[in-house]
Amino acid sequence: MTEKLTDALLYLDGVSVAFDGFKAINDLSLTVEHGEMRAIIGPNGAGKTTMMDIITGKTRPDKGTVLFEGEIDLTRHDESAIALLGIGRKFQKPTVFESHTVQDNLELALKRDHGIIATLFHDTSKEQKDRIDEILDEIRLTERRSHLAADLSHGQKQWLEIGMLLAQDPKLLLVDEPVAGMTDAETVETAKLLRRIAGEKAVIVVEHDMTFIRDLDVKVTVLAEGSVLAEGSLDHVSADERVIESYLGR
Amino acid sequence: MITGFLFRALDRKAILVALILLAIAVAVPVSNLMLPVSHPLHVPTHIMALFGKYLTYALLALALDLVWGYCGILSLGHGAFFALGGYAMGMYLMRQIGTRGVYGHPILPDFMVFLNWKELPWYWYGFDQFWFAALMILLVPGALAFVFGWFAFRSRVSGVYLSIITQALTYALLLAFFRNEMGFGGNNGLTDFKDILGYSVQAQTTRASLFAATAIALAIAFVICSGIVNSRFGKVLVCVRDAESRTRFIGYRVEHIKLFAFVVSAMMAGVAGALYVPQVGIINPGEFAPANSIEVVIWTAVGGRGSLIGPIIGAIAVNGGKSYFTAAFPEFWLFALGGLFVATTLFLPKGIVGLVSSGFAKLRGPREADRVEETLQPGTEAAQ
Ligand SMILES: Nc1ncnc2c1ncn2[C@@H]1O[C@H](COP(=O)(O)OP(=O)(O)OP(=O)(O)O)[C@@H](O)[C@H]1O
Ligand SMILES: [Mg+2]
Repeated sequence: MTEKLTDALLYLDGVSVAFDGFKAINDLSLTVEHGEMRAIIGPNGAGKTTMMDIITGKTRPDKGTVLFEGEIDLTRHDESAIALLGIGRKFQKPTVFESHTVQDNLELALKRDHGIIATLFHDTSKEQKDRIDEILDEIRLTERRSHLAADLSHGQKQWLEIGMLLAQDPKLLLVDEPVAGMTDAETVETAKLLRRIAGEKAVIVVEHDMTFIRDLDVKVTVLAEGSVLAEGSLDHVSADERVIESYLGR
Repeated sequence: MITGFLFRALDRKAILVALILLAIAVAVPVSNLMLPVSHPLHVPTHIMALFGKYLTYALLALALDLVWGYCGILSLGHGAFFALGGYAMGMYLMRQIGTRGVYGHPILPDFMVFLNWKELPWYWYGFDQFWFAALMILLVPGALAFVFGWFAFRSRVSGVYLSIITQALTYALLLAFFRNEMGFGGNNGLTDFKDILGYSVQAQTTRASLFAATAIALAIAFVICSGIVNSRFGKVLVCVRDAESRTRFIGYRVEHIKLFAFVVSAMMAGVAGALYVPQVGIINPGEFAPANSIEVVIWTAVGGRGSLIGPIIGAIAVNGGKSYFTAAFPEFWLFALGGLFVATTLFLPKGIVGLVSSGFAKLRGPREADRVEETLQPGTEAAQ
């Protein structure tokens, strides 16, 4: 048994990663508590997506500590192991399984045994089907459940992907630019949806849409050039000189 | 558990295909053996043998489609698994010859006597038993696919790179099997078979039985593949094909999924090869030729990949065409084959099966088309 180093759900300390000498993440430190929702903003190329790549095992950091639940070293696991540990991720470019139906997309994401035997032989149980219905309702795609995911609008694909995250039942959700390409009304609904999810689960949201960030009404971390520039309420960070200079002011 | 799998496997399409294949398995041999040669419905032996060969190709194409059409692994080396299954069967058939060989040696096949070998190499042990050979027909291609896939999929080799190394795999085996020291008959391969399970391979009844066995094997493989693609595992295969990294981020072990599909597919290819050898009477290193594996890809593409019927139709249609062309215009066959592949890729990405099903959709009339149109309208209900 390793001793818990921190009570935080996610703990990043002194993380750096360089691509061909270019430091995409530079001595980044960040903690997210259980059930917390955190918004992350920052200019293009600040390293927001790269940070998610590191947390989910897609990119290995050159140095630094990445701990989940205080004791699991995420740098030692690959993407599928990390997903099974309870970290779900929505990509910046919405990625759903286009040749499957909406319902199948959710069934495939559902938290359960993903081994070969189970996937070959087990049926979806009554409870699991009920859970799918609940999620369909939550993401407002009940009507379209038997349509192919390819036929959904851009905004609906974003929602389906969030629905798949819910089906995964993770402890931490990483949501990269969820409202890109959504109408204003859809954006408002998405903020409500994420706020409903937070509390039970921790959520990290990356977004450029300031109205949406304001709607979320949570602690904001500003990233720039691969490290944290400022942290606090949206009003607090918006008043910060360096933030205005590097991001908001432009 | 198994009943659930079978229940999913036997959808309408699978039942239909299996019944047709079983009917063929009965009707063709009966017609060949029972009807007088003059009867209009009599199937001549050479036609039966030809179609028996096509059915083994269909089984090979079906095996390829499971990994290529469903999981996106474009193997250009499936001919290797087919040939290995064929060699395993060939070794059994060689050992059935006994003292009837040219040199009359009770144990050693002719080519070993010719090479002055004194005893049977250890890897020929057991092949005098049919059950052992049958096991090897599955295990040898399966084991090779496992070892190959283990390294390739774990190191995340995919796309063109994977295709190239599968070509290299079959080419390496081609070179190895050409060597006399390998102990598989070198250049000439294994031939001059006499008996299978105690019956003469030349006998008309044996040929009819081999035809029936092939059709039945294809029916069984079809049902197994249907069960696989209709299960959640089959859906995950398609996920891996369309969005591999997304599949990982949901928590599926993509390398295990690919490995399983690849091994099952290799075993099916091995069975196809094993049924091929007694029907054509020879197995030689030429079966490992890289071009053979590429032809399998063409059959599958022409028939329609990503559907289980497509590869069967493609294998039979293209090989039927090949038999006709190589007799009528021998010089043109390769051009025709290349042209067919290019035309399919450009105009019929879903192959013959795709063409037929879109034709049916049109026939069903404009009402249906309207409905499809409607559902394709960008929806707005999420915003309301
Ligand atoms: N695999 C990679 N190889 C090379 N460079 C990379 C790689 N991934 C990211 N980068 C670079 O790292 C920097 C940070 O990229 P990242 O995608 O994390 O930015 P971001 O903050 O998500 O930006 P955006 O708001 O545009 O999404 C960029 O300059 C990008 O080009
Ligand atoms: Mg980004």
